[in-house]
Amino acid sequence: MKVTFPHMGYMYVPLKAMFKYLDIDVVVPPPCSKRTLTLGAKNAPEFACLPLKLNIGNFLEVKEQGADTIMMAGGCGPCRFGYYAYVEHEILKDLAVDYHLVVLEPPEKHIGELLTRIRQITGNRPWIKVINAIRYGYLKARATDEIERMSYQIRPRELKAGATDRALKQAIDEIDRADSPGTLPAALNRAREIMQAVPVDKNRPVLKVAVIGEIYTLLEPFANQNIERHLGQMGVEVDRSIMLSEWINDHLFMGLLKNVRSSQRFRKVASPYLNHFVGGHGEETVGSAVWYARQGFDGAIQILPFTCMPEIVAQSILPRVSEDTGMPTMTLIMDEHSGEAGMITRLEAFVDLLHRKHEQKEALTS
Amino acid sequence: MPVRVGIPRALLYYYYFPMWKKFLEQLGGEVVVSGRTTKGILTRGVQRCVDEACLPIKLAFGHVQDMVDKGVDYIFLPRMVSVARREYICPKFLGFPDMVKQNIPGLPPVIDTAVNMRKSSRDINQFIWQVGAVFGKSPLQSWLAYRQARQVHNRYIKLLEQGLLPEEAMQVLAGKEAPQADNNADLTLAVIGHPYNIYDPFISMNIIGRLKKAGARVLTPDNLTEQMVNQGVSRLPKKLFWTLSRRMTGGALEYQRQGKVDGIIHVAAFACGPDSMTGELIERYIRREGKIPFMSINLDEHTGEAGVITRLEAFLDMVRWRRTAG
Ligand code: SF4
Ligand code: SF4
Repeated sequence: MKVTFPHMGYMYVPLKAMFKYLDIDVVVPPPCSKRTLTLGAKNAPEFACLPLKLNIGNFLEVKEQGADTIMMAGGCGPCRFGYYAYVEHEILKDLAVDYHLVVLEPPEKHIGELLTRIRQITGNRPWIKVINAIRYGYLKARATDEIERMSYQIRPRELKAGATDRALKQAIDEIDRADSPGTLPAALNRAREIMQAVPVDKNRPVLKVAVIGEIYTLLEPFANQNIERHLGQMGVEVDRSIMLSEWINDHLFMGLLKNVRSSQRFRKVASPYLNHFVGGHGEETVGSAVWYARQGFDGAIQILPFTCMPEIVAQSILPRVSEDTGMPTMTLIMDEHSGEAGMITRLEAFVDLLHRKHEQKEALTS
Repeated sequence: MPVRVGIPRALLYYYYFPMWKKFLEQLGGEVVVSGRTTKGILTRGVQRCVDEACLPIKLAFGHVQDMVDKGVDYIFLPRMVSVARREYICPKFLGFPDMVKQNIPGLPPVIDTAVNMRKSSRDINQFIWQVGAVFGKSPLQSWLAYRQARQVHNRYIKLLEQGLLPEEAMQVLAGKEAPQADNNADLTLAVIGHPYNIYDPFISMNIIGRLKKAGARVLTPDNLTEQMVNQGVSRLPKKLFWTLSRRMTGGALEYQRQGKVDGIIHVAAFACGPDSMTGELIERYIRREGKIPFMSINLDEHTGEAGVITRLEAFLDMVRWRRTAG
């Protein structure tokens, strides 16, 4: 058995760690690329959302490397994600690409349901080992999140263009290379040091922009055309509304871990704009705009894949939130036709607008 | 003067109008329906709604706007979260009342009480009481009103299962004669799609009407009983959690299994999320077996009527040719 899974940002780091810890063969798909997308878009339904297309591409590319078992998360609606794995499986079947499919659905009642499904992959390895593997994976997710967050602060203040990106890559590799729970803390320390070594101008004034919206396009830099990097290089400090470890805790652990950031804080403030959950992160997207506005952010950018249902609901409500809070918002829709150049132009225009607003505000308050 | 309550001729109108009408009337309301879909209604919907929304949602915006223009006292837009255990309609239905409220100015009060039977069908009582309270009725009075409405609904469903289309069934409920079955038809075709797509003659470019005129008998998933639909859908690897998609997919697969239709036409809406998944499943299952001709038509506000007519004609020719050849 050679297990694989679709990409979503740095998720491969914790997943790889978990499988290795359990001595299960794992193959990580090549990073998402133009080729991945082309392969996926060619074989997926035209109006499927972007993540599904990239998933298909991942599976086709990693098949070339001998993977035979797909492990994926699932769901029970109402957004498409809950049926993703099954549609993908049918498509692969017709392409005569054989995979064994294991879907880890978010437990409806109890985390035990999830563990039972994990068993399909872990065989008769002792539970305690599986639990330790999950904990280890979660810690790796925490570590990559921390490093990513550091990059949000550093990038807009870097003295040498591109220094943050190089450091980020090294730091993540450092965490990825840690091969046991015991060596992870030291690796994380080294990663922090790498990030801290990037020379910065601490006094440079920066704008603060939140990146909000659909989880996959938020987490997967290929899908969002490296939006965080571009914003950072325009002198913008970003905050992303969903980090990997928070999502794991909210959705896979059912919020079991307390005292960590949770999307709960967004849901609380979505009303009166959106008074019901709408699947995916639609409610959180509306709430996050409210929340970031209250935190004094200069703007928010919603990212969503073309045809994403929960986010379209949110998109149609954001202008009202923006009007009421005075915080500008912008929506970027991603599909296989979106180009990076076009996005940069739109980002620049948005950042210009935020600068003007920022100056106005300064002039009024000084 | 009775309270005038507007119901848009959109979304789940084709499933629930007879029931809702009876319910609201029993509560003392006067029911007003938006006009039949026209270019004007669609255009106004498109103007009010985000570009990326699917066609049916844009159209529903247009119908709500039409109700605003008609000057009703209330608009009836229940938040349709779930109409069956462990199922949903679609994320957009969950957010629809909010989308409307944030984007259509000058709305009268909206009755947007949630219908949510995801956990249990008894949860409908909440809905009944809350809507009744809007009209100043007690829970008991509301429940009695709903019970009568429910009877109308059951008769409506029976009529659909006997082979009538929604408009025809509504006519029968209104006391008119049932249309005669067309004995001249030499073909039977299944038209699979969301009710608000296939039954709206404007949006669907009257696909059903055209097929009938061309000598085909038309069946839709709504002519099947719930049991049959579920039998069809049981071939899927996992329960479909969207009610409408489950009905569509189950309908298509059941018609395929029964082998009583000569062809299947799938009607999808541009940018519809669930359709992109179930359309794919239906097509793959049907093509894999390769027994029944299959065609998929995508609707959006720019779909050319000429193209659709040509494709329908070609499909009919192919189906007839296959029959004589086979
Ligand atoms: S949240 Fe949006 S993009 Fe993600 S699976 Fe659901 S519909 Fe698709
Ligand atoms: S089911 Fe499809 S057509 Fe209907 S509202 Fe949802 S996305 Fe639109």
